[in-house]
Amino acid sequence: MNPVQVYERTKERFPAAVLEVVEKAIDPFAVIDPAAIVDVCRFLRDDLETAMDCLSNQSGVDYKDRIEVVYHLFSYRYRHSAVLKVKLPRDNPAVATVETVWNSANWMEREIFDLLGVTFEGHSDMRRILMPEDWPGYPLRKDFVEPLEYHGISTVRDSAIIRLDAKKK
Amino acid sequence: MSDFTTEEMTLNMGPQHPSTHGVLRFIIRADGEVMREAIPDVGYLHRSIEKIAEKVGYHGFMPYTDRVDYVCAMFTNQGWGMACEKLAGIQVPRRGEYCRVIAAEFNRLASHLLAVGAMGMDIGAATPFTYAIREREMINDLLEELCGARLTFNYMRIGGVAWDLPPGYREKALAYLDHLEPILDEYDALLSYNKIYIKRLANIGIITAQEAIDYNLVGPNLRASGVKWDIRKDIPYSVYNEFDFNVPVGRGEWGTLGDSMDRYMIRMREMRESCKILRQALAKIPDGSVLAKVPRNFKPPAGECQIRLESGRGDMGWYVVSDGSAYPWRVHVRTGSFAAMGIINKLSRGLMIADLVTLIASLDVIAPEIDR
Repeated sequence: MNPVQVYERTKERFPAAVLEVVEKAIDPFAVIDPAAIVDVCRFLRDDLETAMDCLSNQSGVDYKDRIEVVYHLFSYRYRHSAVLKVKLPRDNPAVATVETVWNSANWMEREIFDLLGVTFEGHSDMRRILMPEDWPGYPLRKDFVEPLEYHGISTVRDSAIIRLDAKKK
Repeated sequence: MSDFTTEEMTLNMGPQHPSTHGVLRFIIRADGEVMREAIPDVGYLHRSIEKIAEKVGYHGFMPYTDRVDYVCAMFTNQGWGMACEKLAGIQVPRRGEYCRVIAAEFNRLASHLLAVGAMGMDIGAATPFTYAIREREMINDLLEELCGARLTFNYMRIGGVAWDLPPGYREKALAYLDHLEPILDEYDALLSYNKIYIKRLANIGIITAQEAIDYNLVGPNLRASGVKWDIRKDIPYSVYNEFDFNVPVGRGEWGTLGDSMDRYMIRMREMRESCKILRQALAKIPDGSVLAKVPRNFKPPAGECQIRLESGRGDMGWYVVSDGSAYPWRVHVRTGSFAAMGIINKLSRGLMIADLVTLIASLDVIAPEIDR
């Protein structure tokens, strides 16, 4: 199956959940209703025609007006792939976890939570993974401002070159 | 069993522990010598490389990719190059692709040598490590001749590679392969078939094929569980479809399919396959340029793509979003070590503390690749 066929099959099963299918892209993708993402994922995994047994990548993107969580699905049985997206509001973005569908989502969702601030509802271990527990803000958000110090450790490096550059300005 | 349990003990292992291959920390809940679970605590090497990408532009990001996985820097270089080429629709010249394959396969050899050497050292066989490092040093020399660096190569560019092979490189490379292949047999005799070694590795940390796929394990760790899957063979990129090589899969010869010994043997066997690919690539390399014409002010059209390639630690995924400007909007690297760390908690339950070291080493996790 090519990705578009996968999306059409999903649409047959969940007519309301597939909000949009973008075919004219390097990797065609489908936009899914956040409320239905777990059902769609479980269907794509269990359906004998799609058999997406692996969540090969999960990441988040901040588009300034919304946050998208991107799911790259892959089937080792049929060697085809699909890309799903959910669009979330920027204030308190939250979506149900797909950890119950693929175990690999556990760590990838923790990373998205850590760096973009998306909460995954029902996740078994929703903690920061890469940044320190008390780090302020979500670094991969576009409006993130790096704090000048962390526990008394300066994050700014004093350098003669930087000082010269500042003088020129 | 519950009658015999003792008071639960919480132990800390790392972050500065020699067997953690970088800076990793585990919180171990143990009952005597048997672990209830080992909770990995990562992030000590987080350098926000994905955020840096958004600030430095497409060409400028290439040296940073080296730092994603400094043991396999050629692959991270290549992944970034491939993602940008896919976004902008750039065709790499054939000689450039061959140079990439040669550099990448040498890097795979270096990475696997380190992996098997460190595997021995981690469980107490210190000598094989020095031998493996000796052979790896020569690869570093070869790669240094190619690009001037021994670890963080910055060799590839968007659209090809930075420099052509230097004069006389083929002879040197072939001489090295002639030297390495018998040495691999020596390693087998010294380490692989050593009875104590096998006893330490066999039946430890068994991962079934279904688990491996579910936890998104990739590369040698996946193949050791019996899944015959290699991106080079199954979704061929670059010029890998022009080479004849085998994909070794785990057989469970000394224990159970998918145990630590299988993961070790896969790497030993893959090194021989890499030698095969290198010989063919060195023999077949065509003439021509090595770098496509790519504008200095590189602005790929708005869009997004994902590419996958087979790094030393397996399927590495680069997800790049472009908004049409000179800076990428978002870059995400999905690495093999990150996924491999995710399964350690599950595998550690019921394992002896001493075997945790075996497990980490057999999964060949590299801390910078987890944290990025």
